[in-house]
Amino acid sequence: MTAPLKDITPAERARSTSFYEASARTRLDLLLDAGSFVEFIGPEQREVSPHLKIFDLPEQFDDGIVVGRGRLDGAPVFVAAQEGRFMGGAFGEVHGAKLTGLLRAARQVASIPVLILFDTGGVRLQEANAGELAIAEIMRAVMEARAAGVKIIGLIGGRSGCYGGGGLIAGCCSALAVSEPGRIAVSGPEVIETNRGVEEFDSRDRALVWRTMGGKHRRLLGAADVFVDDNVQDFREAALELLGLVGPFGLDSLKAEQERLADRLRRYGACFDAVDIWTAEGIAHAETVPELPADQFIALADRIGRTSRDAR
Amino acid sequence: MEDLRFQHRVRARAGGTRQSAIVGVVASGNLEVLVERVLPDAECALDIKTAAIGFGEVWTAVIGDFVERYSPGGLRFSINDGGARPDTVSLRLAQAVRSIAENGQ
Repeated sequence: MTAPLKDITPAERARSTSFYEASARTRLDLLLDAGSFVEFIGPEQREVSPHLKIFDLPEQFDDGIVVGRGRLDGAPVFVAAQEGRFMGGAFGEVHGAKLTGLLRAARQVASIPVLILFDTGGVRLQEANAGELAIAEIMRAVMEARAAGVKIIGLIGGRSGCYGGGGLIAGCCSALAVSEPGRIAVSGPEVIETNRGVEEFDSRDRALVWRTMGGKHRRLLGAADVFVDDNVQDFREAALELLGLVGPFGLDSLKAEQERLADRLRRYGACFDAVDIWTAEGIAHAETVPELPADQFIALADRIGRTSRDAR
Repeated sequence: MEDLRFQHRVRARAGGTRQSAIVGVVASGNLEVLVERVLPDAECALDIKTAAIGFGEVWTAVIGDFVERYSPGGLRFSINDGGARPDTVSLRLAQAVRSIAENGQ
């Protein structure tokens, strides 16, 4: 007999729940302190997309994103979680406006951090112009909130990864945590193959996709600050760790980030494959990195080094 | 898209104190069910928007069975369907009743 659910502590339940498999709502329930989540513009308000009915496509009552506030280890946080299974978690007009509004509220309050649980293929092309505008508005709102002193942490580990405009927004955050199935990029595998040919990038080569865009590579490149195992509790602990580590934001940190990226391009710009980059970073037997279990990879990544704290 | 609406008289009020709950996701072969406690105790209503056109008879059977089994008095169900199979619909409806039967907001 398995124990009844109520005998399991929230931390145990979060530890045994795959972030990748969970819905946006389950992720928030288990990431935040138990029972602390309060939703803004919940599904009962039916703020659905004004565009999808034109295409005879089904709507979702929350337009694929859950926003609100809650508590993390007792401290207040604003949160947004994309539902990657509804239209690939893509940004439409309402979906984007909910995140923009949350970030503007965070800027006004100035003292409460924001967690964004990305799970998106990018812009929802049925509402392309509104979606593209939403990306621009969100990027501006992220930078304005950071300039007001708000810490913005991105958590990436969902089935749709973090692509397109989502990748751009993630690049604007104070810090990112990523798991192995979480992928971060702008152009996705199919987009690259369509535009540049299968010789450039074979989107059906899953190993190639994962070692080019997957969480391990993003951690080793310094794009993500923390690598976590695929469960909600590890993401919760990573969010707490990053909230403690993020430094002040201003022109100096942007200049340091520019220098870090220029240096990365100088060192690895000529590399043909991610394995070449890992080898250049001094990792012995770099070809084995994709097979490493999470704990061994985290130990390796910690030895290789971290993103400089004065950048981003 | 096809819109369907069902209204039933039911034996008893649904348990619990929550005012609303939501289960499921609108995805291929899946659906979301938003349930709200907004009707008189002896009534229930279901509003369905479905991407699969022409399955009214199947919905009638699935919902008749659900209402008989759970007696969801006082509840209005709003469904966005991405072409779920009847067993998935039954499961989500049962989950929705269980969610709103919890105590709380």
